[in-house]
Amino acid sequence: MTKTPIRLTVNGVPHDIAVEPRRTLADALRDDCGLTGTHLGCEHGVCGACTVLLDGEVVRACLHFAIQADGRTIRTVEGLATPDGTLNPLQHAFWQHHGLQCGFCTPGFLMLATWLLEQEEPVDEARLRHVLSSNLCRCTGYQNILTAVRAAAQAIGKWTEAA
Amino acid sequence: MNWTGRRLPRTEDPALLRGEGAFTADLAAGARAVRFLRSPYAAGRILSITAPDLPPGALLITGADLEGVGAIRPELFRFNYRAIAQPVLPRERVHFVGQPVAAVVAATPEEAEDIAETILLDIEPEDPVVTIDDALRPGTPTLHAEAPGNLVVDGTIRHPDCEAAFARADRIVELTLRSGRQNATPMEARAGLAAYDRATGRIRLTASCQMPHMLRTGIATLLGMAEADLQIVAPDVGGGFGQKMALFPEYPLLVWLARRHRGSFCWVEDRNENLIASAHSREQRHHLRAAFAADGTLLGLEADILANTGAFSCYPTTCGVEPLMALAEYPGPYRLPTYAARARALATNTCPAAPYRGVSRPVVTFGLERLMDRAAAALGIDPVALRRRNLVTEFPHVTPTGLTLDQASYVEALDRAVEAADIPAFRTRQQAARREGRYLGLGLAVFNERTGYGTPAFAARGMGIVPGYEVVDIAMTPAGEVEVRIGASPHGQGLRTALAQLAADRLGLDPSRIRVIHGDTDRTPYGWGSFASRGAVIAGGATQLAADKLAARLRRAAARLLQAEPESIALRDGAAWAGEASIPLTEIARRVHQRSEQLSDLDGFNLAETAQYDPGGTFSNACHVAEVEVDAETGHVRVLRFLVVEDAGRLLNPLIADGQVHGGVAQGIANALLEEVLYAPDGNPLTGSLADYLPPSAAEIPPIEIIHMETESPETLTGAKGLGEGGTIGAPAAIANAISDALAPFGVDITELPATPARIRALIRNAR
Ligand code: FES
Ligand code: FES
Repeated sequence: MTKTPIRLTVNGVPHDIAVEPRRTLADALRDDCGLTGTHLGCEHGVCGACTVLLDGEVVRACLHFAIQADGRTIRTVEGLATPDGTLNPLQHAFWQHHGLQCGFCTPGFLMLATWLLEQEEPVDEARLRHVLSSNLCRCTGYQNILTAVRAAAQAIGKWTEAA
Repeated sequence: MNWTGRRLPRTEDPALLRGEGAFTADLAAGARAVRFLRSPYAAGRILSITAPDLPPGALLITGADLEGVGAIRPELFRFNYRAIAQPVLPRERVHFVGQPVAAVVAATPEEAEDIAETILLDIEPEDPVVTIDDALRPGTPTLHAEAPGNLVVDGTIRHPDCEAAFARADRIVELTLRSGRQNATPMEARAGLAAYDRATGRIRLTASCQMPHMLRTGIATLLGMAEADLQIVAPDVGGGFGQKMALFPEYPLLVWLARRHRGSFCWVEDRNENLIASAHSREQRHHLRAAFAADGTLLGLEADILANTGAFSCYPTTCGVEPLMALAEYPGPYRLPTYAARARALATNTCPAAPYRGVSRPVVTFGLERLMDRAAAALGIDPVALRRRNLVTEFPHVTPTGLTLDQASYVEALDRAVEAADIPAFRTRQQAARREGRYLGLGLAVFNERTGYGTPAFAARGMGIVPGYEVVDIAMTPAGEVEVRIGASPHGQGLRTALAQLAADRLGLDPSRIRVIHGDTDRTPYGWGSFASRGAVIAGGATQLAADKLAARLRRAAARLLQAEPESIALRDGAAWAGEASIPLTEIARRVHQRSEQLSDLDGFNLAETAQYDPGGTFSNACHVAEVEVDAETGHVRVLRFLVVEDAGRLLNPLIADGQVHGGVAQGIANALLEEVLYAPDGNPLTGSLADYLPPSAAEIPPIEIIHMETESPETLTGAKGLGEGGTIGAPAAIANAISDALAPFGVDITELPATPARIRALIRNAR
């Protein structure tokens, strides 16, 4: 199949790659850009392990074609820590609160929570649960993921007790 | 400084949080892609497999290519087990939808998929056997000639005085229950990458697995290759829950490809394959009869256990694992004077069964705890009082199946749970809600969990391959760090952190100086893996023993250098102390290795030790309480509250322990309400995506409250008991009892899980 040249700007770095029209954004990130932090748990849009931010919007990378992202900016889990590996406050909250076990779903949850915490709207318990229920985790029973994101929201003054 | 027992964040986490973990699929660059062709029929005869236009460079592998490759055929020498053989790729017949029948190799996964679609698979369908009833029906087809009547296991335990107990009973309570089929559904599906090393002729299989050493032995045996030429690496593994214990046919095929074609071959399972063709669990039907005295004393129990274990038998545990665990552990935490039971495994044309967190105990606990509630109603006794009357209170206690229950807190945990649940306040709420036409319910489940059992327990099952012990090699480097090499293979349980905490205390070192190495057969001693809630107990015990031996060496060396007696030396803060005098452990390590003329007469030229541990096992225990609201119109169940009183002995790291309970309970709630693998009558799976098979999201899992009790086990070195499976074991029963309590006004109760909205609506409809 013929390949189309596209440019993806991932975590601020431009990647000029050539992809088949059917290549998903997730596969392009993993295989063409070498960014394997974005995981694939179902490839049919349910689990959210592949969650990334596309021009600031939270999307499932398995449901987007790479060519749809041509010329656009993408943020993935690899862009969260500083280049020397220091965890950002959200990652740190996941660490301190044991918000991960096997870690396979973690990149997706981190990107989903990153988006949540960057919205104007303050976060309360209902919104937290509602938004985080779009991804699946098989290990944690969600308790400590919720705790970690709650703590991160509190730390930046985004948390509110009642709706 | 005591590191053990602290809520230490895990050393595993930072890389995973940066997206820098290395899962098998992350390592696939440069490998050729493998796509399996899977049987579209539940039963059938293979007529031909042909590739009309195979592009150059691509490969099609069928069973005919695998001359000399053995079949997967695990053994069990008891319970009328019939060994059945699973070919890596079949040549004659297919036995379930999803069974791999051929493999296509191409440069990329997309190409391999395209080519796979062009392959002509000519299979003549045959009549399938799908359900337990199908398998038992007289005249039904036989899957395997070796197993007449599709009976793969038929085990019996019968105490001679059981009938007398029933004859003398004031009340006999009966229950028939069904448990739906489940898939453990790790978020990372299976994956394997086999790479041939031309320099050495060795093959490295990187696989998302739970038992790397067992996999190595198994594959080498099947392929008739030198085990020494095969290395298995379990890199980061995205959950297993038992599903990744088994030796699946896909892995030997990858190694075969790498050997034959001297290259790298990668298979990454997709979710559909995982849902239909990895391993299923828990499809069981139990019939129970219990004899009670009028005062509520349990006099005897009869159980008839049927398990649909699918088309083949999983290696190494065999498909006996489910029915036989139920057979051995039905008495649970209760004093049971006499017992009679039969447990059968039935072969059907469905995906093979394998262990899933808790194995049979979620079903057993569902049975026992439903039985207790039914008996309480029949006898007019409070369900808590009935349980209290029958729970074991004196330890050690030998069960009617010969298991020894060590020190535990069955009654105490129940009492704590009842107190924390505040049942009187709940009853008031329940009454008020009923007046508004809302149905609240509260359910209890008390259970024990057999954990950390070594070789004797597995040997008693008559297994051909007997797992159990763990070996730990420990060594201090010349620079003073400690490497702990374990045969066990954790995948999310945080063992790297917990074992470092244990070793840190024994060696007086900071845990950050300790590296726990696992999941690589080249770098770790032969061992079994992480399953059956054994990590903290067995790998923990072996780590403690090994660390103590290393500490003794360090003390002897320090005594020489400090001119003191070894017994007077204390290890703390990274140094060896004799009173006020001290020497850093780094200095001792350097001198042992590099100034050996000073010390080698003591213990030789290194600081390496090895230790083994093989305990008999210990029972942790817990009481779960669920509060639910049932919508009588829609049949929908909302879990309002979930409380766990857990006693897992000494906790090495409570942060990790809580996480294990949370995750287990979530799986248990899903077992009770959501997850069910369904087959059409022709054996076609109906739940092939995560839109049909429903793991829970954060919306379905309530806050989980945990209260820990710590009855230290006299049976384990660390005092710890396992707790990895408990959450999964108790939650289904607690939820089923809570729904039954809510539906009491309709006179119905729950005997089938998952209690889906459709099932609940049907119950209510039929009651009205
Ligand atoms: S992999 Fe994209 S949603 Fe599951
Ligand atoms: S941590 Fe394993 S799936 Fe979420």
